[in-house]
Amino acid sequence: MKEYIIELAKSGLRLDGRGFLDIRKPIKVEVGVAKKAEGSALVQIGNTKMLAGVKLEIGTPFPDTPNQGTLMVNMEATQLAHPDFESGPPPPEIIEIARTIDRGIRETKMIDLEKLCIEEGEKVWMVFIDLYPLNHAGNLIDAGALGALAALKNARIPKVDENGKPTGKLTNKKLPLTKEPITLTFVKIGDKIMADPSLEEEKVMDARLAVSVSGKDRINALQKSGTGGFTEEEVFSIIDNTFKLRKTIEKALGEVK
Amino acid sequence: MNEGIIVKPRSVVIPGETLARGMDYLPGKGTYREGEEIISSLLGLVDIKGNVLRIIPLKGAYIPKKDDNVIGRIKDVGYGSWEVDINAPVTANLLLQDATSAFIDKDLVDIRRFFDVGDYIYARVVKVSKYMYILLSTREREYKKLSTGLIFKIKPVKVPRVIGKRGSMVNVLKSETNTELIIGQNGVVWIRGKNRVDELLAKKAIKYIEEHAHEKGLTDKIKELISKWRDEDGWKKD
Amino acid sequence: MAGKKIKRPDGRKPDEIREISYELGVIKNADGSAKFKIGNTEAIAAVYGPRELHPRFLQDPNKGMLRCKYNLMSFSVSERKRPAPTRRDTELSLVIANALSQCVFLEKYPKLVIDVFVEVPQADAGTRCAGICAASLALADAGIEMKELAGSISAGAIGDLIVLDLTKEEEDWPKGATDIPITYLPRQKLITGLQLDGDISFADFKKALKMAMEKCKDLVKKQEEVLKARYKGSDEE
Repeated sequence: MKEYIIELAKSGLRLDGRGFLDIRKPIKVEVGVAKKAEGSALVQIGNTKMLAGVKLEIGTPFPDTPNQGTLMVNMEATQLAHPDFESGPPPPEIIEIARTIDRGIRETKMIDLEKLCIEEGEKVWMVFIDLYPLNHAGNLIDAGALGALAALKNARIPKVDENGKPTGKLTNKKLPLTKEPITLTFVKIGDKIMADPSLEEEKVMDARLAVSVSGKDRINALQKSGTGGFTEEEVFSIIDNTFKLRKTIEKALGEVK
Repeated sequence: MNEGIIVKPRSVVIPGETLARGMDYLPGKGTYREGEEIISSLLGLVDIKGNVLRIIPLKGAYIPKKDDNVIGRIKDVGYGSWEVDINAPVTANLLLQDATSAFIDKDLVDIRRFFDVGDYIYARVVKVSKYMYILLSTREREYKKLSTGLIFKIKPVKVPRVIGKRGSMVNVLKSETNTELIIGQNGVVWIRGKNRVDELLAKKAIKYIEEHAHEKGLTDKIKELISKWRDEDGWKKD
Repeated sequence: MAGKKIKRPDGRKPDEIREISYELGVIKNADGSAKFKIGNTEAIAAVYGPRELHPRFLQDPNKGMLRCKYNLMSFSVSERKRPAPTRRDTELSLVIANALSQCVFLEKYPKLVIDVFVEVPQADAGTRCAGICAASLALADAGIEMKELAGSISAGAIGDLIVLDLTKEEEDWPKGATDIPITYLPRQKLITGLQLDGDISFADFKKALKMAMEKCKDLVKKQEEVLKARYKGSDEE
C-alpha cells in the first residue's frame, strides 16, 4: 500500500484524489447535539466523525493553582469507531492525541481559567472535555480539536445544586474564551507532505505533525508523531501552510453560535 | 572533501562517524555507505583490510551467520524437529534430517532419544533466512551432543580473541590446562578436562581474556597466569 | 524591547545550557546503559535487546521495533508522584521511541524489539530530552547498529526572550513561557522530536528551532567524546 501511495504522490495525487493541501469535504460542525452536556459538538471531516462533550461542575482547585479553574481533556478509543479499537483504556496513540489537544487549549490559555474561580482555594469551575470518535477515517487530532473548540463555544454555565453538580438547567453565561486556536495535521510519506491525512495515509506515514495556531502568526502547539523525521524546511513549510489553510476550518467553526 | 581513509586503523569509532571517502572503498560489517562516504554503524574498532572497512564491535548481541559453529541448548521438542536456544535474539531450529545421517522415521521413533529438552549440542548454522529463521545441523562428524563438561557464556564479541589468530589462543588454553575446549561463535563455551580443577582453571583463563582482550602479549601472559594460578590457591590437588 | 531586559534566574545566557555530564555502563545487567545529567535534571537509560518481540502479532518481518518506557520516579519531583504510570508517562514513552527510531538500523533486526527504559530520579524540566540523550548513548553502548547518535534539548521563550534549556522555574514564567522540546539527528538533518506548548510567533519559533538544532550537534559531539574516552586503551596495534 505504501509503495502505491508513494507512486501516486509522484504524480501529485492522493488515494482519494485530493491535492496535497486539500482538506477533506465535507467539514461539518453541529452543536448542542448531546443535550445533557453543558456544551457539545458533532464534527465531521470527510468520513471521520467525532463527538465532543463539555461537562462543567464545581470542585476544588489544584493546590498549586488555587485561583484557577481546572481543565481535563480525554479521548476514548470507542470500539464502534473502528474494528481495530479494543476494549479497555485508550492506547498510547490516543492518549498522545488527547494530550496534544489538551495542550492546544490549555497552553494557549484559550479558557481564562482565572475567571472560572469562584472562591480562591475553595471553589472553582472544573471543565471536562471528552472526545469520542464515532468513525475513525483518519486524523482524529483535527476532528478532536475542532470538536473541543466548538463544544467550548457552545457551552453554557449550568445552574448547580448545593453540591456543585449541574441540575440540568443552563444559564446564558458562556465560558470565558480568549482565542480560538485552529489545529491542522500533516503527514510525511516518502518525501511528500500531505494535509489532513486519511486513515490509509496515517497507516503508511513516516511522520506526522499537528500544528495549532492563533492570531496573526502565533504558534500555540506542535506535536510530532511517528517514527520518521522532518527536515527544518518541511517543518517551516507545514506551519506556513497551517496559517494558509486555517480559514477552511474557521469557516466551518464560524457558523457555530 | 578529501578522498581516502579518514580514521586511524584500530581506532575507536562511533555510529555516524565517517570512516572513508571515495567509491573505491567497500562497506564491510558494521558500516554503511552514503553517497561517497563509508560510515560506521557501530561503536567499535575500525579494521581495514585492503579497501574493505569493517568494525570490530566492543559489545553486542550474537547475530547468527551461516557456517557459524555454535553451542545451543534444546528448548523444546516438536514432531520432527527441535527448538534450540543459541544465545541469539531468536531461537534456532534443528530438523531431524539435519540431526543425523542415519535414516530415522519420525513416526516410529521418539526423537527425544537423540536430543531432549535441556541437552546441549554443538552445531553448525546452516541457514539464516531473511526473516530470521535459523536452521542448524549436527550431521557432520564433529557436531554432537555435549553430555559432560562445564558450560558458560562469554560476550560474543570477545570470541575471536579467545580463539586467537588461527586458533593460537585456544590452543594455548588447551595445552596449558589439558582440556578439550569448544568456543561457540555465539559466546557459549564448553570445557571438558580430566578433573574439575583443570576445567575451572580454563574457565578462569577465558574470563581473564574476556576482560583484558585489548591488551598486547596476552597469549604469553595467559601461559604465565595459568601456571601461577595452579600453584597458588591450592589448585595443585588431584 | 522588553525581551532584552529579561534575565534568566540562574544568570545563564539565552543560548547557554546547564552543566551536563554523561556516564556510561551504569546498569550492568542491561545490554547498554547511560546516565545523563543536565543541571538538576537526571535521567538513566537502559537498553535491552535486540530480543524477541511479544506478542507475536506485533512482529514486523521486515524490520524491528524500538520501544520505550519512560517513568518519573515518585521522589523526582517536589510533590510525590504516585508510582503508577500517568498519561504523561505514556505519552512521553511514545514520543521518546518516535524520536529515537530513526537513529537505529531497524531493518537489521526483523521481528525483534529493542527496549529502552528511561527512569528519572531527579526532575527539573527537560526530562524527556535528557532521557533521549541518555538513551542515544545507551543504544551505542549496547552495540546496536545505528545510523548516528541523537541530540535533544528544549528550546523556548520566557516572555519575549528566546532561550535554550528551560528550568522548571522558567517553564512556569508568570508572564508566559513556551516550551519546545526538540530532538535532532545531525547527519540525516532530521528533526525526529518536536513538541511545543505556549504562545510564540512564527519568526521567534524559527530562531528557537535553529538554536536548538545547533545545540543538539554539540550534544552529539559530547556523546562521541564520552564513548571514545570510555574505550580508550581498547585500541590495538
